[in-house]
Amino acid sequence: MPQGILVDYEWCSGCHTCEMACAVELTHKDFPEGHCGVKVHEEGVYPIGGDKWTDINMPVFTDLCDKCADRLAAGEALPSCVKHCQAHVLEFGELEELSKKLAAKPKQVLYAL
Amino acid sequence: MTEFHDVSHERKAGEKIGRPDKYEYVEHDKPWRYQEGEYTVTRGSAWSGPGCHLGCGVLLYTDKDGKLVKVEGDPDNPFNKGRLCVRCLDLMESAYNKDRIVHPMKRDPKDRGKDAWTQITWDEAYDLIAEKFLAYKKEFGAQSVCFFKGTGRDIAPWISHLAWSFGSPNVVFALSGCACFVPRIASSMCTSGSFWVGDYSQQFTKRYDDPRWKVPECIVLWGNNPIVANSDGLYGHWVVDCMKRGSKIISVDPKMTWLGTKAEIFLPLRPGTDAALALGILHVMIDEEIYDKDFVDRWCYGFDQLKEACEPYTPEKTAEICWVDADKIIAAARMIANADGMIMQWGVATDMSKEAVPSCQALSAIFEITGNVDVPGGMIAPPSILPYYAGWGGENLSDEQKEKRLGIHKYPLYRYGFKNASTDVTIECLETGKDENGNDYPLKAAWMQTTNPLINSSPDTRRTYNALMKFEFIVSVDLYMTPTVQALADVFLPACTYAERNGIRIGDGVQRGETINKAIQVGEAKSDMVINLEIGKRICPEYYPWDTEEEMFSHILEGMDMTFEQLRDAAPTYLDFEYKKYEKGLLRHDGQIGFETATGRIELWSTYFNQIGVECVPSFDEPSPGPVADPDLYKEYPIVLTTGARNWSLFHSEHRQVPRLRALRPDPIIQMNPKTAHKYGVDQGDWVWVENQRGRAKRRVELTEALDPRYASTDHGWWLPEAEGYKDGGFSGMYDYNINQLLAYDPGRTGFGSNYKTVLCRVYKCEEGDHNTLENALGCSEGEE
Repeated sequence: MPQGILVDYEWCSGCHTCEMACAVELTHKDFPEGHCGVKVHEEGVYPIGGDKWTDINMPVFTDLCDKCADRLAAGEALPSCVKHCQAHVLEFGELEELSKKLAAKPKQVLYAL
Repeated sequence: MTEFHDVSHERKAGEKIGRPDKYEYVEHDKPWRYQEGEYTVTRGSAWSGPGCHLGCGVLLYTDKDGKLVKVEGDPDNPFNKGRLCVRCLDLMESAYNKDRIVHPMKRDPKDRGKDAWTQITWDEAYDLIAEKFLAYKKEFGAQSVCFFKGTGRDIAPWISHLAWSFGSPNVVFALSGCACFVPRIASSMCTSGSFWVGDYSQQFTKRYDDPRWKVPECIVLWGNNPIVANSDGLYGHWVVDCMKRGSKIISVDPKMTWLGTKAEIFLPLRPGTDAALALGILHVMIDEEIYDKDFVDRWCYGFDQLKEACEPYTPEKTAEICWVDADKIIAAARMIANADGMIMQWGVATDMSKEAVPSCQALSAIFEITGNVDVPGGMIAPPSILPYYAGWGGENLSDEQKEKRLGIHKYPLYRYGFKNASTDVTIECLETGKDENGNDYPLKAAWMQTTNPLINSSPDTRRTYNALMKFEFIVSVDLYMTPTVQALADVFLPACTYAERNGIRIGDGVQRGETINKAIQVGEAKSDMVINLEIGKRICPEYYPWDTEEEMFSHILEGMDMTFEQLRDAAPTYLDFEYKKYEKGLLRHDGQIGFETATGRIELWSTYFNQIGVECVPSFDEPSPGPVADPDLYKEYPIVLTTGARNWSLFHSEHRQVPRLRALRPDPIIQMNPKTAHKYGVDQGDWVWVENQRGRAKRRVELTEALDPRYASTDHGWWLPEAEGYKDGGFSGMYDYNINQLLAYDPGRTGFGSNYKTVLCRVYKCEEGDHNTLENALGCSEGEE
C-alpha cells in the first residue's frame, strides 16, 4: 500500500525538530552533508488585513526522504521526524487512511511519498 | 549506605521493587537500560547542560564501543511523550565536540587572559584549590570565597551545599538584581505563600486524559514565547497541545510571535511597561466588577488598597503608557475575567525590568482576583517532592556566617527564603573592598561553575571584568573554553554533559522524581556533583561523608523513601495532586485552611512587604533609560531595544561551537521593522553596531513586520568560539558581540529586578574591520574622535 505523511501545517511551529531528527537518524549516515529528508519552509510573519496575521511554517519532504524504511524495519514504530515532532503535526500511514483525515480539517497537506 | 549495584537486568518488566506507595508511577516495558540490536539504550532525564531547564525523558543509544550515537525522546515519559528538540537530538555534537576541554588545567594568575595553560591531574587541581581556599578562609574568613552558579539547571543545590559547608554565605547568581525567575518567586511567595504555575496537566501521568483536568479557556502569554524558551518547568509545546484542545491565547509581547499570530488579542506593549498594563487590566476588571468577588471576599486580603492602586490606570492612560490600544486592554480584561480556567504564562521578561517585584505582584493579582488559584486549567501550587533544589545543608552554615551574606543588610527581601548574595553588592564590594555597611570585606577567591558571566548573565561587561579580576584566585568548572575562562580562570575543571553522568532530577515547577543515567565517558571530565563531592572532601570533609555520588543522591532521596537505584528503576514518579488545597489545609504548615501568609489570605496588600519597608501594593515605574523617562537620551538613541530573544537551537551562551545547531542560527540577529531599518540606512543582512551611551555590539539585521517600528529585539549570549581568543584576540568576539555591554548594574528598590529587556539604542552600519576593544566600549581610543 502506498504510504505518506499528513502534515497539519496549521500547528507547525517551525521548531526544526523534523530536520534534526532526520539528519541524526543512524540509517541516514550517507546523506549529503547539510541535507536531509525534510526541510521547513518559513513564510515569515506579516499582517494580512485588519487584526489578522499569518506565520506559516511548512515541512517540505525532499527526495532524500526514505520514510525511515530501515528504521521501521529494525522495529521502530514511527519515522524519526514523526516521532519527535514537537507540535505533533506529522502523521505517517497509508495514503488511503490519511486522505480521509485530509478532508477532516483545513490547513493540511498530504505527501504521497 | 547503598552499594551501587545494577539491578536493572535482573528484574522482569513492570516488577515493583520496594517502591513507596505514595507515588504514582509510569510502567515501562523495558528496564532503564536495555539492548536494542547492536545498541545499548539508557533511559533517563536530559538534565543539563548542555541545554535547557526542562529535563525531558530521553533514550541514549550507545554502540559496542561505548560511544553515544543517537538520542531519542522517551515515549513513556508523560513530560515530553517522545518529543525532543534540536538540542538534545544533536547531543552527540556537543559531547564529542572538538572544542571541549576534557582534562584539568592551571594557569599562573599573572597570565590571565593568555593561552598559557598547563595540564594537571585532578589531584593536583584539588590540592591547589584546597590549599588556596583554606588559606583564605583562615586569614579572611570563609565569606572571602564566593561561589558563582549559572542558570537554574542541575547546579543550585550542589553549589549551595559546597558554599555553606565551606562556611561561605556568598552564593552568587551573576545577574544584576537576580533578574531571572527570582522576582516572580519573590512576589508570589511573599504575597501568597506559594509559587504558581500554569496547569497543563503536567502533574498527572495520564496528562490530558486525566478526568480531573480541564482545558484552560485562556492562556495569557506574558513576556514569554514558551515554544522557544521552554523555561521554568513548562514544555512549551504544551501550549500548542492546549490550543488544539480549545485554549484561546492573549499575547502580551512587544513582538508578534508564531503563537501571537494565533491569538485572540495581541498587546504589543512597550518593553518595561508590564506593570502599567497589568494595573490597567485590573482597573477594568474592578471597574466593571467582573472579577471573582466570592473568591476575593473569602480568600484575599487588601482588595481596597489594590483597587486604589489601580485607580489611575484607566484604559486610556494605560494605552498611552504602554503604546497599545485602550479597546484591546478592555477586551483582554473581559476575556480573562470571563474565562473558566486562565493561565498567566509569565516569562523572564517580567523579571527583567528594574521594578520587577511590584510588576510581578500586579501580574499575580490578575489571576488572583479572578479566582484562577489552584483550579483545573488555572494556576496551581506545584506539588513538591523534595525541597532540596533551593539548596540543602543550610544548617552547615553558622548564624554568624549567615549574617555576612552580601546584600542582606541593604535589601532585606533577600532574607525571605532567598539564598543568593546580591550580585550588585558583590560587584561593589570587589571594587571598594567594603560591604554595604561600609565595613572592610575582603573578597579573595571565586569558584565559578556552569556560568559564563562575561558573556551571558552579567551586565556592563567591562565593569564585570574589572571587578572579577580583583579576585586573587578563580576556579572555573565548564565544558568548554569560554571567554570567562580565557579571561579569568586560574584553574579549569572539566565538567561533563548529562550523558556522561548520574544524577537526580526533582524539579522545577511541578516536581517529578527522575534520574539522570550515565551512558558514556569523555576524556577525564567529571560531573558537577562529583567535582563538588571531591572538592568538598578536601575543604569541608565533615559535610561530605559519602564515598560515591550515588550515596550522596540516596542521602537526599531519603526524604522520598527511595534510594538512587530504586528511583532509577521506577522513574518517573509523581505525587498525588489535589486542587483547591487552600480549602483543605494543604498549603499551610499549621494545617489550617488558607494560604501561608500572616493573614492566611492572598495578600493583595502585603503585610510582609510592609514589615520590611517595601511598598505593599503593585506599582509601575517608568523604565529608565526609556523614551518617557529620558526624552533627551531618546533623541540620541531613538529605538527601544529589548534583549534576550530566544531561538530554537542556542541555549544562552551555549552551543555556538556545535555545527548543526549553529547552522540554524549562524549570526547574532537584531530584528527590526523595515521602516526603522530604512530610516537609519540599514537593510536586511547588514552588519550593524547596536549602540547606546554605555557601549555597542555587532548584530546582523533581520527585517520583520513582527515588530512595531519603535522597537527592536535582539539575541543575547553571543561569542564566536571560532574567532581568535584570549585578550589579544578579543576573547573570541566577546567585546564585539556581547549585547550586555549596553546594560548596567541597576537593581530595583528591593534589590531584585534589573533592566535587561528595556534600554534605548541606535543602529548604524558596521564597517569591515571595525572592532571594539577592551579599553573602550565604543571601539576607539580616548581622543581619537
